[in-house]
Amino acid sequence: MSNITNQTLSEIINNIKSKKLSSQEVTKAFIERSEKSKKLNVYVTENFTSAINQAKKFDEKPNYELKLPGIPIAVKDLFCTNGVKTTAGSKILNNFIPNYESTVTQNIWDQGGILLGKLNCDEFAMGSSNETSFFGNVQNPIGENLVPGGSSGGSSSAVAANLTPVTIGTDTGGSIRQPASFTGTVGLKPTYGSCSRYGIVAFASSLDQAGPMSKNVKDAAILLEVISSFDQKDSTSIDFKRNKYSEELTTKIKGKKIGIPKEYRVEGMSEEIENLWKKGIEHAKECGAEVIDISLPYTNYALPTYYIVAPAEASSNLARYDGVKYGFRSPGKNLIDMYEKTRSEGFGEEVKRRIMIGTYVLSSGYYDAYYLKAQKVRQLIKKDFDDAYKKVDAILTPSTPSSAFKIGEKKDDPVSMYLNDIFTVPVNLAGLPAISIPAGLDKQGYPLGLQIIGKPFDEQNILNIAYSMEEKINFKNKILDWWI
Amino acid sequence: MSKVEKFLIKRGNNQYEVVIGLEVHAQVNSKSKLFSSSSTKFGAEPNTQVSLVDAAFPGMLPVINEFCIKQAIKTGIGLKAKINKRSIFDRKNYFYADLPQGYQISQYKYPIVGEGTVILDMPYGQKKVGIERLHLEQDAGKSIHDMDPKNTLVDLNRSGVALMEIVSKPDLTSPEEVNVYIKKVRSIMRYLGTCDGNMQEGSLRADVNVSVKRIGESKLGTRCEIKNVNSIKFMQMAITSEANRQVDLIEEGKQIDQETRLFDTKKNETRSMRSKEDAHDYRYFPDPDLLPLEITDDFIQKIKTEIPELPDEKKSRFIEKFNLSSYEANILVSDLDTSKYFETVIENSDVKLSSNWITGELFALLNEKNLEISQSPISSKNLSKLINLIKDGTISGKIAKTVFEIMADGDKNPVDIIEEKGLKQQSDPKELEKFIEKVINENQDKVKEYKSGKEKLFGFFVGQVMQASRGKANPQLVNEILKKKLK
Amino acid sequence: MTIDLKTVKHISKLARISVDEEKANKLTSDLNSIFDFIEKLNELKTENVEPLTSIAETTLRFREDEIKSENIREEILKNSPDENKDFFVVPKVVE
Ligand SMILES: [Mg+2]
Ligand SMILES: [Zn+2]
Repeated sequence: MSNITNQTLSEIINNIKSKKLSSQEVTKAFIERSEKSKKLNVYVTENFTSAINQAKKFDEKPNYELKLPGIPIAVKDLFCTNGVKTTAGSKILNNFIPNYESTVTQNIWDQGGILLGKLNCDEFAMGSSNETSFFGNVQNPIGENLVPGGSSGGSSSAVAANLTPVTIGTDTGGSIRQPASFTGTVGLKPTYGSCSRYGIVAFASSLDQAGPMSKNVKDAAILLEVISSFDQKDSTSIDFKRNKYSEELTTKIKGKKIGIPKEYRVEGMSEEIENLWKKGIEHAKECGAEVIDISLPYTNYALPTYYIVAPAEASSNLARYDGVKYGFRSPGKNLIDMYEKTRSEGFGEEVKRRIMIGTYVLSSGYYDAYYLKAQKVRQLIKKDFDDAYKKVDAILTPSTPSSAFKIGEKKDDPVSMYLNDIFTVPVNLAGLPAISIPAGLDKQGYPLGLQIIGKPFDEQNILNIAYSMEEKINFKNKILDWWI
Repeated sequence: MSKVEKFLIKRGNNQYEVVIGLEVHAQVNSKSKLFSSSSTKFGAEPNTQVSLVDAAFPGMLPVINEFCIKQAIKTGIGLKAKINKRSIFDRKNYFYADLPQGYQISQYKYPIVGEGTVILDMPYGQKKVGIERLHLEQDAGKSIHDMDPKNTLVDLNRSGVALMEIVSKPDLTSPEEVNVYIKKVRSIMRYLGTCDGNMQEGSLRADVNVSVKRIGESKLGTRCEIKNVNSIKFMQMAITSEANRQVDLIEEGKQIDQETRLFDTKKNETRSMRSKEDAHDYRYFPDPDLLPLEITDDFIQKIKTEIPELPDEKKSRFIEKFNLSSYEANILVSDLDTSKYFETVIENSDVKLSSNWITGELFALLNEKNLEISQSPISSKNLSKLINLIKDGTISGKIAKTVFEIMADGDKNPVDIIEEKGLKQQSDPKELEKFIEKVINENQDKVKEYKSGKEKLFGFFVGQVMQASRGKANPQLVNEILKKKLK
Repeated sequence: MTIDLKTVKHISKLARISVDEEKANKLTSDLNSIFDFIEKLNELKTENVEPLTSIAETTLRFREDEIKSENIREEILKNSPDENKDFFVVPKVVE
């Protein structure tokens, strides 16, 4: 069968279940294409040999009851994988091999998934362009020298370039949705507490969530169903009734109320984005949804709030990288010297910048002015959504304020880089689920995404809305294999 | 309250008083750690009780131990303190070799237990010491500096063990009060079974805050914190030495820096622990890996039903019910094992005699052999038998002491000892009369003197009779019969 | 407000990240532009707002007091930069 790698996850699953394809054939096809795609630099660690062995094992004793029967999947290198190097895109973890497995990846292997490799990402997931990775830039398959978004840039690029059927990323301020938007793929950030954080290298604990990235909405639903689980090992994991997201997926969204927040019409927003959004609204109406104007008054304060909360938590979460237990160590005259050199040489510039911001906002005399203030504003932002959800079932916004930009274009201007996440960050602050779906191309032929934000635990609803809009939008990505 | 004896430091005409506050770190007697499932057992090989969570591996998350929460609440109830139904775990951020996370999970603004009180029995009366708070936190690992000439070695077995930090108000005024306070707090926790209080094993340590001020002044002086002192004796030494150091500085017109100090037990002095340029800033903030700890009334009520009688209540009961003196009762309740021993003995024996024998002979014996009451060579059962033998007149108090000595060598049944050695008290009046007549006959001159008014001689006759009976005569009966015979 | 070079050096000490003069200067200007943008929060009055400590709307779940992990010393020390089979090793600390 030709063109295995073009198939969607659900197609591949069906082909394996109906024995038209073996797990080995599928695995080999993705490996072959990956081998030809080194230029994209999506892999930090390839697990190809082991993947083929596992595929063989699956084929010898296939279990078609599983949700991911013999499916090879590459994952963001932020998930700890037993016996496979896990770097978080950082020099400081360059040689780290965990002997444990993250709950989310374990859920995938338990359903028959096979680890294809570990995907490049921004260092400790801090970035919006994958340019902060110790392992170099990732190329966007859409066009040469274009960023794939970040921090799950290796993941978005790998899915868009057909190097893995689906993947998982993590999203702290938009790290799944923004790269999905930049590559014309689907990315879903679940409700905080839906996917276990156990075994995921932490960036900002109160914001981090793992989620699926895929070519279409249905695949995202299949993967979400696998990775979302209640986990005793994560105190913030929530025990709620999880849907069978893929089975319950429907385009019947008639009468659903979709809110359009006026505050997302930000200053200087391009006409293209504006038009995309308008078109999205039209599509929602065509699907039978009722569109309602709403207000989320504190939207403009989300980004400053995020840039206090996330670095504060990160500064503390990253204190464990001190050269003592694992990872990189730079020898020092004494303990403090060792710490300072290890952390100075082991972390990249953006990570250090954020540790500095976080250390500062928590330091004596500044805590109230910054951290406490941010926690209060976060409350207000959450309340915005609580109020809105009294009137609507979901909210529709653009995913990003622009399409993918050139590598190096924003690298030296942290604030303009941070503005990339302006539409995605409020969702993390409020702990809500949101999905980005490709909705059109700009003049340059670069994809643009729309974001559907849901109520807590209402993943099914945003999947359904996305599913029916996807049908209407009928997006076609333009991937020309320029790197091969 | 009777007069308060102050601990004063004198320099010429100036007198200074000392103000002390204590942060006691008490290890919760849980099987597993506060946020991980590894063992807390003492004395294991280095780094053999370390989980991925304890060593802060990437992606590892804390999950709280319910037992530790219950023990903290229990202790709070024992300290007559307010239990906070909502508390929050914070991160205290600093770098150290034995702190793998780079932060300690502790409670800062919202501890699980609020204000309480501990009552101290001092020679000058009762003293109330305020408790500021009790919070739960993780212990750190251990840095070993003297095993490798070039390096410091780190053992994380203790990393993550649950501690209750009990913070007193600065109400203590002397090393002696500190001694009594620590013992009282330990006793309360041992009654509750929340901490074994073993200072040798590090289950109980304290940070001591010391400041001095001129006598009568109300404003507190600058305090210094002496970290991690692990014996009461060292605490007392550290306080005396630190207070004197501060007084010397004041007398020299110098300033006292608020700082953390270490007590050097060999030199008997405190010294500054961290250089000033390295001033710490712990950057506390709520741990985002943990949610607020919320406890229901039901949860607290259930724990209340599990609270045993505590030292203060037991003491009152002993005084009221058994008519013991406050002094005696205090000794008997101050240690859980002593009170248990006492209560077992008095199940079948006279209370007053039991109290005397335990606080007298038994304590002397334990002291001499350097044993805890739980290691007593004489079981409560056998001591109870001995006391009954005294009470019913089978043996005299004097013989009992001989029997007690024999019992101390192997916890023998006193009934058997008396049988074997023929030590039974002679209480048959006919037999006693024989001894008495013999003594009267042999001492006719003394009888005359006695009858002519030298009544002091009565004791002489008693002694002679006792001697003649080789100590076995029932002294009370001897008294009675002698009195009649000598009329 | 502005963050000066001295503050940047102090924070880098707290964060245990050594910075040379050039980096410190660059960080000072980066942090100032970031904080310019963060200062927007000062527009808001928040005296009566309860800070949000946790976004997950549940309370802490308890674990039973059971020993579940055994001795994994070898695995724990395997990734350690200094090879020692019993301990983690750091440069000598003088207290
Ligand atoms: Mg302390
Ligand atoms: Zn403490």
